[in-house]
Amino acid sequence: MKIRVERDGLADAVAWVARSLPSRPPVPVLGGVLLDAGAEDGSGEALTVSGFDYEVSAQCGVPATIADGGKALVSGRLLADITKALPNHPVEIAVDGSRMTISCGSARFSLPTMPVEDYPQLPSMPQLAGELPGEIFGEAVAQVAVAAGKDDTLPMLTGVRLEIGEGKVTLVATDRFRLAMREFPWEPNESLGEVAVLVPAKTLNDSAKTLGASGAKIELSLAANDGLLGLSGTGRRTTTRLLDADFPKYRQLLPTEHSAAAIIEVDALVQAIKRVSLVAERGTQVRLEFVDSSLRLSAGGDDEGSAEEELPVDYTGDAVTIAFNPTYLLEGLQAVRTPRAHLSFTTPSRPALLKPVDEDGNVAPGYLYLLMPVRLPG
Amino acid sequence: MGERGVGVGRSANLPRGLVDRFRARDGVWPDDTGCSMLHVDMDAFYASVEIRDRPELAGKPVIVGGSTNRGVVAAANYLAREFGVRSAMPIAHARRLAPHAVFVSPNFARYQEVSRGVMAIFRDITPLVEPLSLDEAFLDVSGALKRMRSSPAQIAQLIRAQVEQAHGITCSVGVAPTKFLAKLASGMCKPDGLMVVPRTEVLSFLHPLPVSALWGVGQRTAEQLDRVGLETVADVAATPLPRLRRLIGVALAEHLHALAQGHDDRPVVPSTREKSIGAEETFEIDHFDRELLRRELLRLAERSTATLRSRGLRGRTVSIKVRFADFTTITRSKTLRVATDVTQEVYKTASTLLDEQVPPGAVRLIGVRIEQLVEGDDGEQLMFDAPERGWREAEQAADQARSRFGKAAIRPASLLTQGPSRSGHDEPKPDRES
Repeated sequence: MKIRVERDGLADAVAWVARSLPSRPPVPVLGGVLLDAGAEDGSGEALTVSGFDYEVSAQCGVPATIADGGKALVSGRLLADITKALPNHPVEIAVDGSRMTISCGSARFSLPTMPVEDYPQLPSMPQLAGELPGEIFGEAVAQVAVAAGKDDTLPMLTGVRLEIGEGKVTLVATDRFRLAMREFPWEPNESLGEVAVLVPAKTLNDSAKTLGASGAKIELSLAANDGLLGLSGTGRRTTTRLLDADFPKYRQLLPTEHSAAAIIEVDALVQAIKRVSLVAERGTQVRLEFVDSSLRLSAGGDDEGSAEEELPVDYTGDAVTIAFNPTYLLEGLQAVRTPRAHLSFTTPSRPALLKPVDEDGNVAPGYLYLLMPVRLPG
Repeated sequence: MGERGVGVGRSANLPRGLVDRFRARDGVWPDDTGCSMLHVDMDAFYASVEIRDRPELAGKPVIVGGSTNRGVVAAANYLAREFGVRSAMPIAHARRLAPHAVFVSPNFARYQEVSRGVMAIFRDITPLVEPLSLDEAFLDVSGALKRMRSSPAQIAQLIRAQVEQAHGITCSVGVAPTKFLAKLASGMCKPDGLMVVPRTEVLSFLHPLPVSALWGVGQRTAEQLDRVGLETVADVAATPLPRLRRLIGVALAEHLHALAQGHDDRPVVPSTREKSIGAEETFEIDHFDRELLRRELLRLAERSTATLRSRGLRGRTVSIKVRFADFTTITRSKTLRVATDVTQEVYKTASTLLDEQVPPGAVRLIGVRIEQLVEGDDGEQLMFDAPERGWREAEQAADQARSRFGKAAIRPASLLTQGPSRSGHDEPKPDRES
């Protein structure tokens, strides 16, 4: 193999592929990145960069001038570190025997290669389900993935449930303390039908963010029976294994009524929570006391110091004090993505509901963040 | 118990007239200017709580202690003390001294609850509260004086009145310029008393007392001092420091010499929080059997969480420690989303750590520790699908049963078989922040 490639294109492609590689691969080849020059994609003059660890695959094309075609497998993390640090000159990559030489400007690297024969075949892209608007999808996934669990011992909580049907997409995630749900209208390819799958939240969030960033369309591919989801766009494609676990029955958690509600200025409340929770030792609760048209925030106690702050608020309901984990509340407020939000609840031990508010002051459909309170002592 | 540690406190061995001179009587007490240290000591605390809860015990000698003859006296009311019954005395001995006394098994959960209420009264007055045990605490009221437009002794009387009104038990308070003097004073005015050691009379209060009154003088030091004719605090104060150093060593000599002059600059340190609570077990023989090790983890988790629950604490991080036959030792930990005091949660986490992160081998010691402790009254993060009553409530009920019927009353079924032989050192030990 002997090729010449632009520095930026190579660095971006390797960084994107290497991002999903395991930090401690069970066998060394799974920590590798495969460079394939002259892959059969029609044009002939292209380098394909791939990574796969049996869970997540990523592949990205880079324009290249190919003198000699061929494949080579090298450590993904090392190649990513090197390409990121290269000076802004064309990069020449050559493989001779078991070594890969990378030359760029006056810098030269020589890396050991790993046997290409030992590298697993990347899964082919499943059937195309339809095209999604990249920015909306990226935002929707981010709004929901924040509520997913991070504890691998409860795998069903580490995913985002993706439901397709009735002209809309529904995304849901919960870690049992909060639940985030986003819906938006979408018409998939006719052949798809109604389907629901559970996608690892972190992978989905990474992929949706990077693929949707440029505002391009994202192609969603799905093979629910084979447990595989694919996302592709702008010369990049990624697949991920679906989680084989039962998502909690969440519809029954959604409250149908409330006895108190407030319209909140999101930014002011976010800043105030950040201030008062400075004294909330180890993430203990912030207390929200609603009385008439004021919201009094407080945190802490005699031992660790205490803080309070009062905000004007548009509130209807009896006076009530309800407490939350400040991190969960902040994440919810920041996921709403409107300047104002609607917070409703019934009692201090039942879930509170946070929804976006449109410019006219009405609750905007499409998103909700359900949050369990902290029960105060006594 | 305040009475246990102090060498004086029973007026028998005190110079006559001294107690009467400083003790408050009919709302009159000596000058308390500058006496911002308070030592509050509940009177016969456990016994008083029992008598309050069971009025039929009033007017009788009451002894709180283990229900079998193998236990010791945890507390005795003043009527029982008249027969010579003292804290920490074997129950069998107490029975011989006071055969007609009422013997009651202790209910520590109840005492804990009352103690929390009493400490809350203190903390309403000043944040500078240093609890020494369930039933005594130092308070520094210097900051509260101005705010409350009050004097230290008035605050002490207020505390005594509030404790009696809210909890139906009495306490004694020493008011003095230093911690040491305040603690001496509260011991000397028991029960239900108030004593003020005025700033200007520190030495006339202190010097007639026997040397055993000095904090740090045990039986052995008292004998050493007595042998050279040093019987009272005044004798120690008058002894040149170099001579005292030769007699009892440098550190102790300097400490006692300062105390004997009335010097004690220890500040009140608000409650030291425990950093972690755990238990560990050294086996008599090394064990490979994972099933046995898991059972041991359950036993240790149960002990540690019972301690957490009794102190109103919960912890976020569970760690296990495994020492192999060759003494290599590993610890592995996992942090939970929500702090817990539930045995089953700690056990589940600990056994997952054992399964996933501990290589096979002959194990000599195994331990469980719960870290990142928070006060139980920090509030509890609720979950969507958690049942209203779960393991937590079941374990609280089991704690109650154990406190009434003894440790063997309720146990997880898997622990009912005979465990492996142990070396014995496995009581939960707090690891305090300095």
